[in-house]
Amino acid sequence: MTMYATRTRQARPEPFAVHVGIGERLGLAHMDWPLTITAVALVVFSCFTLGQATQSDVPGSPNYYLDRQAIYGVLGVIGMLLLTRIDYSRFRELRVGIYTFLCASVSLVFVFGFAARGSRRSFELPFFSFQPSELGKLLLVLALAGFVIDGARRGSPVQRTVRYLCLGLAPAALVFLQPDLGTSMVFVVATLAVMYFGGVPWTHFAVIGGALVALVALVLVAAPAVGHPVLHGYQEERLTSFLHPHENEAGAGYQQNQSVTAVGSGQTTGRGDKATQTRLDFVPERHTDFIFAVIGERYGFMGAAFVLSLYALLFWRALRITTLSKNSYGTLVAGGIAVSLLFQAFVNVGMNLGIMPITGIPLPLMSYGGSSVLATFLAVGVLQSINVQAHLSQRGRFAW
Amino acid sequence: MYLRNDDRPQGSRLSLRVAVLGGVAVALFGVLFFRLWNLQVLDGGKYLAEAKNNRTREFKVIAPRGDILDREGNIIVDNRTSLALQLNTSKLPEDQVEEREELERLGELAHMSLPKVRKAIKEGEEVAAGAPVTLRQDVGFYLIAYIEEHQREFPGVAVQRVFVRHYPDGTFAAHVVGSVGEINEEELEEPEYKGLEPGDEIGKGGVEYTYDKFLRGQPGLEKIQVNALGQPTPGGQLVSKSPTPGENVKLTIDPEVQAAGESALASQGLPGGFITMDVHNGQILGLGSFPTFEPADLTPPMSQAEVNALYRNELAPLANRTTEGLYPTGSTFKIITALAALENHVITPSTVINDPGELCVGSDCFQNAEGAAYGPLSLVPALEVSDDVFFYTLGLDMWKTNDLQDWAHKLGIGRASGIDIPVNTDGLLPTRKWRDDLFAEGETERPWSSGDNIQLATGQGDLQSNPLQMAIAYAALGNDGTIVTPHLAMEVEDAAGRVLKEFDPKPQRKIKMNAGTRSVIMEGLHQAAQGPGGTSEPIFGSFPIPVAGKTGTAERPGHADQSWYCILAPYPDPKIVTCVTIEEGGFGAQAAAPAAHTILEAYFHDRIAAESRAEGEGEEGGEAEIE
Repeated sequence: MTMYATRTRQARPEPFAVHVGIGERLGLAHMDWPLTITAVALVVFSCFTLGQATQSDVPGSPNYYLDRQAIYGVLGVIGMLLLTRIDYSRFRELRVGIYTFLCASVSLVFVFGFAARGSRRSFELPFFSFQPSELGKLLLVLALAGFVIDGARRGSPVQRTVRYLCLGLAPAALVFLQPDLGTSMVFVVATLAVMYFGGVPWTHFAVIGGALVALVALVLVAAPAVGHPVLHGYQEERLTSFLHPHENEAGAGYQQNQSVTAVGSGQTTGRGDKATQTRLDFVPERHTDFIFAVIGERYGFMGAAFVLSLYALLFWRALRITTLSKNSYGTLVAGGIAVSLLFQAFVNVGMNLGIMPITGIPLPLMSYGGSSVLATFLAVGVLQSINVQAHLSQRGRFAW
Repeated sequence: MYLRNDDRPQGSRLSLRVAVLGGVAVALFGVLFFRLWNLQVLDGGKYLAEAKNNRTREFKVIAPRGDILDREGNIIVDNRTSLALQLNTSKLPEDQVEEREELERLGELAHMSLPKVRKAIKEGEEVAAGAPVTLRQDVGFYLIAYIEEHQREFPGVAVQRVFVRHYPDGTFAAHVVGSVGEINEEELEEPEYKGLEPGDEIGKGGVEYTYDKFLRGQPGLEKIQVNALGQPTPGGQLVSKSPTPGENVKLTIDPEVQAAGESALASQGLPGGFITMDVHNGQILGLGSFPTFEPADLTPPMSQAEVNALYRNELAPLANRTTEGLYPTGSTFKIITALAALENHVITPSTVINDPGELCVGSDCFQNAEGAAYGPLSLVPALEVSDDVFFYTLGLDMWKTNDLQDWAHKLGIGRASGIDIPVNTDGLLPTRKWRDDLFAEGETERPWSSGDNIQLATGQGDLQSNPLQMAIAYAALGNDGTIVTPHLAMEVEDAAGRVLKEFDPKPQRKIKMNAGTRSVIMEGLHQAAQGPGGTSEPIFGSFPIPVAGKTGTAERPGHADQSWYCILAPYPDPKIVTCVTIEEGGFGAQAAAPAAHTILEAYFHDRIAAESRAEGEGEEGGEAEIE
């Protein structure tokens, strides 16, 4: 397999002599530049769009969102660079601590958290609000991957599968109770991704898949029929309204109809400042969940397709890193991160386009929100770390 | 240093899974791109149109309705502005609990209980579904300010400036002007209301109805850019079309005549009606009915109690007794009998008929009023004293033919008058055919007989008519055979008073009548009003203007006699005709004639004043005239 980039073979007088480039001068040798550029491009585009589209959102501060997102972006890049320089394998040893912190932070919101729109999801800190479930997406992957590697030979395959599921579903359940349906779904998907790369047999996935379908049927059909609805009414509506968008035009269907109209009206090259759907409040949450609709309306197919391509590129690089990883832990972590990014991007864009239910999942790096931007950059940083370590170990090999 | 084998990613199994995942990712992105392409490139135009539509809201700006004026330009009906609390039911919250809470809050604010609010909504939707429901009129500023500040708590609630019909003189000419109300579903489908929407006001009854097209005006349009909450964005006024106010309708009503007639009826206190009409062109100078009503009471929103008070009132104040009354006319009918008899050569002006006090046909005997017997009479004295037997005889003479009915029909009895306000009945002229048909169907116990014609000759029996029809007939006599079209509207004006359209309807038909016929009947009426034996001489004997009038005392089964009076003035070339009827008023001279006197006094007010001034001067300085 020649997937690995190979440097020009030279006779080197001593081991570990390296070709000194800019990246190495910065201490960032072997960073995956396409990944970095893609991530930075996404957040820059996000700032640009927010700057243009949210001018009138906060009276007196036309650049409110732009400024803040830029700050989050800068902090995120710094975080990413820091993580690039360390060896991610350390996290495997810290898995118990990470997992505990994850569950604790997600539980504490119930007690100390700030309630907004009926759910307690974040802590109010002096300058921003910290949403532990966003970081939790990364933490879960890091911890669970460790547990999978560690318990790779403990118990029967079924026992292993059940164990991994329990480990993953516990924090997912906590998040679900906040209530935050969307993020809990990401937790579940991340769990499954780690298990997928961890070698859980296909048959087990088939069973899990069947169980999921049954669960959906139970939650959406059977339980309400019996009179014990699991989901809040609005949650259920939001999930199913995309199937019949014209039925509840004033309620749950409204957001999506407006979003679809916004995106469609952008046509090929977008409406620029004439984009009224996303300027005049017709699309709610346009700086967060529905930012893709803003892009669709303002920049048209050109802009929207460009953004989609960036996400495709992001995923490809992440998937590539999965194959490059020097150890299984890295594979699992990279796989978990890659799939959760793909899931979030697909569900969010799909929601904006009216083909996925409304779930409150942000668009990574584009949706406004400090916790999400930071957490995503940290995840990218971990990917970079895996990439760097993979190259370093390969180099070590080839250097012989 | 090699890493331990266990730690290395597992070769082909891994690459299979990676490949599968990669394939899934490709498929997912493919779906997204495809959907994006669909929305933006293929269907983009449609969404663009929707987006543009979203961002504008159109507001209809209500136009003020035109005024209704009398012939001298005084306002009978105009508008005042009112702030109405309106509810757009389609914008209420979907959730039942939230909806109830909002309605409760709203009710508290408007001092209405929740059931009352719901009832108002229900009633509003029955009249005009889809239109904003008016909960209360004339709401105060506090309520308006509160609602505007708390707009979010009251979705669908708005305070709308509306125009409300205003009647400065209360009940003045109520039956003439009619009232306004919201258009209902059936009316919306009619062609004359094309372009109107639920919630629009139209005239219902009277002049408001007939001339609605002129009075209505055109609503204006405001198109503004709004955000998703429906709030106007700054600088977002796109289009502004001012409403076109309705045009004013000037009526033929003379304020003094109308007031005189209304007060004359009111002072008697009995149900009745009057009409004063120009004999040459059909302009109606006064038309009234008693008991009357306040048109302002018919302004929505109306409570059920208010509706009951008006519509279920036993005295029927909403009925227009002048145009829709169904009464026997008594002796006022005699001019028609006389015309028929003269023109068909049944008698001549000098034919003498003996009146022994009664006329018997078989076992039925028809008598004069109060058992009087006047002996031999010709036509003029018969009219003067209102001799019944004379006319019974004429009726008997004409019973085998249709002559009497033909003349009555020509003169407008039992047929549509052509008046320009809605009338729901044309009265009834009893004819042989009519009676015989009823008998054939078993609806009555005998066919046409001489007695029917005898009764008709004196305005009794099955005859059903009203002051309007009688006025037309008398006018025809006065103007020598023209059946005028009675009308209440003179012209349409704009706000500045410029005439936009005049109403001068052509006469409905012309009747040929002999000059001699006319003059002899007129002479008879003149004697009846001012001759020594005239039935209304006590009332009009000393009236300074020569007049020609006829009393009528109609028998109504189950009621006291009905008083009638019809008069043409001045004699011998009348300008106006006045007909009055008063239910249970007794003799014609008792109630109806004095009312007519009051009316004529008002009409001839200036002439009378001038003449009395002249008399006064004449008495003081008679010598001056000799030169």
